[in-house]
Amino acid sequence: MSSAAGTSSDPHRLGHGRNEDDNQRDTTGHGQGGPASKRIVVGYGFWIYLLSDIVLFSAFFAAYAVLAHATAGGPSGPQIFTRTRVAVETVCLLLSSYCCGLASLGAERRSQLTTQLSLAATGLLGAAFLAIELSEFAELMARGATPTRSAFLSSFFALVGLHGLHVTIGLLWLGTMMAQTWVKGFRPAIMRRLLCFSLFWHALDIVWVGVFSIVYLLGSRA
Amino acid sequence: MSDPYKKDSGDTVPGEGEDGAASLRGYTLGLALALLLTGASFWVASTNLVWAPSVPVAIVVLAVAQMGVHLVFFLHVTTGPDNTNNVLALAFGTLVVLLVIVGSIWIMGHLSHGMAMDHAAMGNMP
Repeated sequence: MSSAAGTSSDPHRLGHGRNEDDNQRDTTGHGQGGPASKRIVVGYGFWIYLLSDIVLFSAFFAAYAVLAHATAGGPSGPQIFTRTRVAVETVCLLLSSYCCGLASLGAERRSQLTTQLSLAATGLLGAAFLAIELSEFAELMARGATPTRSAFLSSFFALVGLHGLHVTIGLLWLGTMMAQTWVKGFRPAIMRRLLCFSLFWHALDIVWVGVFSIVYLLGSRA
Repeated sequence: MSDPYKKDSGDTVPGEGEDGAASLRGYTLGLALALLLTGASFWVASTNLVWAPSVPVAIVVLAVAQMGVHLVFFLHVTTGPDNTNNVLALAFGTLVVLLVIVGSIWIMGHLSHGMAMDHAAMGNMP
């Protein structure tokens, strides 16, 4: 840690690296100690990307909120949403996020078995979520509730479909990560990619919280 | 923490946590809290015990709470001193999200109100 004087004047070390006897160790991002490590730079950059992705989702949420009542005589929310199915989807995605957390713990302990099993569980639960969502879409289309029917349905399919697309891409990424972790082991580059993947997966779960609350729970009320 | 690629005192990235904040206990606690909040959200939406006009507010509040749980327990974004950059980026992202959503609802609500007024006015014309 730092000297007693440094601790008292800056208990949380917000200006870390300003202590005379601490210059060589705690100066990350503050010049003399050199730039932050690649892991920090990559993780922070990916965090910025995720926030921009959430801004993208916010535009779709806004479109849905504005158009939610523009049903043009077609089916409305309470007529097409099934709460039990959404509850199952939510639990799938939540458990998937949990398994993803277990995978990053496994990777931290450099345990190939734990990591692979957790990632496989993450992928299976994510695939189950996607399958339920696709069956819902197919059912709606069969009932004539297609994206072209009304502005409400356009915005619904755009928002939920965009989330589903992210999950699909996440599953492809997950498969790639399992193969890379298996073949290349826990190299620094692989660890960075695993970190980014887990951030991506957890962020998708956060977006889904918004989707099931705003679209399904609020939308299924008369 | 002898791993040279993880050791970077003074900064953390989301998902990594400080001083081993990422633990099995943390993830399990986060899962339990998230399930609890999800269950509460679905219950509030289905029950008749809650005063109906307050239900949308309750659902939004529960959703925001659950997003917070996910951020803290799964993404390990905390208010710790080494997390300042991550929190500031998150705060800016939240600001943009709120501007887009609240702004759209506000403006479009006024617009459709104005259009409804126009139609009503035209309907009253001889």
